[in-house]
Amino acid sequence: MSYKSNLERALSEGRFAVTAEIGPPKGSDPNKIRQKGEILRGCADAFNVTDNQTAVVRMSSMSGCCILLEMDLEPVMQIACRDRNRIALQSDVLGASAVGVRNILCITGDHQSFGNHPGSKGVYDVDSIQLIQIIKNMRDQGVFQSGDEILSGKPFVFIGAAANPFADPYELRVDRLEKKIEAGVDFIQTQSVFNVDKFNMWMDEVRSRGLDKKVHILAGVTPLKSLKMTERMKFHVPGVDIPEEIYDRMKNTTDPKKEGYETALDLTREIKKVKGVHGLHITALFWEDIIPSLVKESDLLPRP
Amino acid sequence: MIISKQKEFNDLLNSIKDEPVFIVGCSECATMCHTGGEEEILAMKEALKNKNIVVTGWVVLDPACHLQNDKRLLRRHKEEIDKARKILVLACGNGVQTVSEILEDVDIVPGTDTLFLGEIKHANEFEIRCVMCGDCILELFGGLCPVSRCPKGMLNGPCGGSKEGKCEVDPDISCIWDTIYKRLKEKGQLYRLKEIREPKDWSKSIEMRRTL
Repeated sequence: MSYKSNLERALSEGRFAVTAEIGPPKGSDPNKIRQKGEILRGCADAFNVTDNQTAVVRMSSMSGCCILLEMDLEPVMQIACRDRNRIALQSDVLGASAVGVRNILCITGDHQSFGNHPGSKGVYDVDSIQLIQIIKNMRDQGVFQSGDEILSGKPFVFIGAAANPFADPYELRVDRLEKKIEAGVDFIQTQSVFNVDKFNMWMDEVRSRGLDKKVHILAGVTPLKSLKMTERMKFHVPGVDIPEEIYDRMKNTTDPKKEGYETALDLTREIKKVKGVHGLHITALFWEDIIPSLVKESDLLPRP
Repeated sequence: MIISKQKEFNDLLNSIKDEPVFIVGCSECATMCHTGGEEEILAMKEALKNKNIVVTGWVVLDPACHLQNDKRLLRRHKEEIDKARKILVLACGNGVQTVSEILEDVDIVPGTDTLFLGEIKHANEFEIRCVMCGDCILELFGGLCPVSRCPKGMLNGPCGGSKEGKCEVDPDISCIWDTIYKRLKEKGQLYRLKEIREPKDWSKSIEMRRTL
């Protein structure tokens, strides 16, 4: 079988996969990506390059992916529906495939009011589920969303999406995952897991519907760097669920970095035990250099 | 109803530049919104007078978006309009343009910002209900519109920012997807949320759409 990407190969062969996030810089310096890439080399099967996350303008996801490809690192290009209509989205999918991007993660995107251009006009021509379906049809049927035929080269990509087990209404959360699977998603990266009980409840429902057999699920892990970051994520970042227990750990410690790291290690050990989880997605916001020891101490090396 | 709000008075003064003004209001939406009915016109007239600006006259159009009615009503005020250098229109963006189509030779000053098509919940409390997409799908969602009421216009369920029934964008507003979920659950129609909704056909509501 020919795999589209390392990530697909790792997941298909039943290995516990690891992806890590690389946030592009707020500027045009390619070395910022290169430095993060070098730190993370060998720590993950593929590297997510975010698409103007939290609606803050940064170097484009596509360019970040190109820089990683030059370094022989495998990117996961994140693509958000907030800033582009279906014409631009499909165009970028073709372009990404042309330059060698083999993993694309579809997200609707954080609302523009959270970012550094709150006066901008959100596009939201399609939502993430529709985008998954569009890319799948481009890849497998060779047609654009309009039904028009792709003439020279169908995009050859492994399709991903996000899932948030912690948002409300809780009853719809597994339904949303199921819809993404029906739309054609190949792998899922979840919102960062801090509340393991709630994650387990979600995974129980996922397994009871047999969904872990239909899609590869990578659970999100985020090491907390400071109390300030913990509070920002707990109180201000939509969709994040940090339980009191972890908040207390971060409040009562004299060494927040160490405590945050230990917490991430504990969470990783817990998550690895959850049946149906096929990998880990590590998002260390502005703290990429912690990832090598996190994967090492979690017995996730060597990669691939 | 078309919801509007009056512009800041100082911004209006900047646009009027001390020149004589004729004020136009509207009998429908702007009256209901308390932005351009008779009461608001008289208050505006008083406020302008206090700034030593001459108000040559005023009229409430019935309604401002009706071209033929406007022509008839404005003709009756020809003398007052001729004395004015600015026409201050307290109506929606449509009303402003219908007036500017008739009074071509004088400066038109929009006196309101037009916000959305919405519902009057209580006096002076309004909420968006429609973006005029040209392709109504309300029957799919228990009569609740995610196109206009979800800030991301999600058609396949709530985004990851729905929390305790509230929207991530503004915790003062309900997550419409939470409301849709509860409504369809009551109706025994949750199956509707399991079907994938394909991208909307926005060609049914494009900028250049004109008359029926």
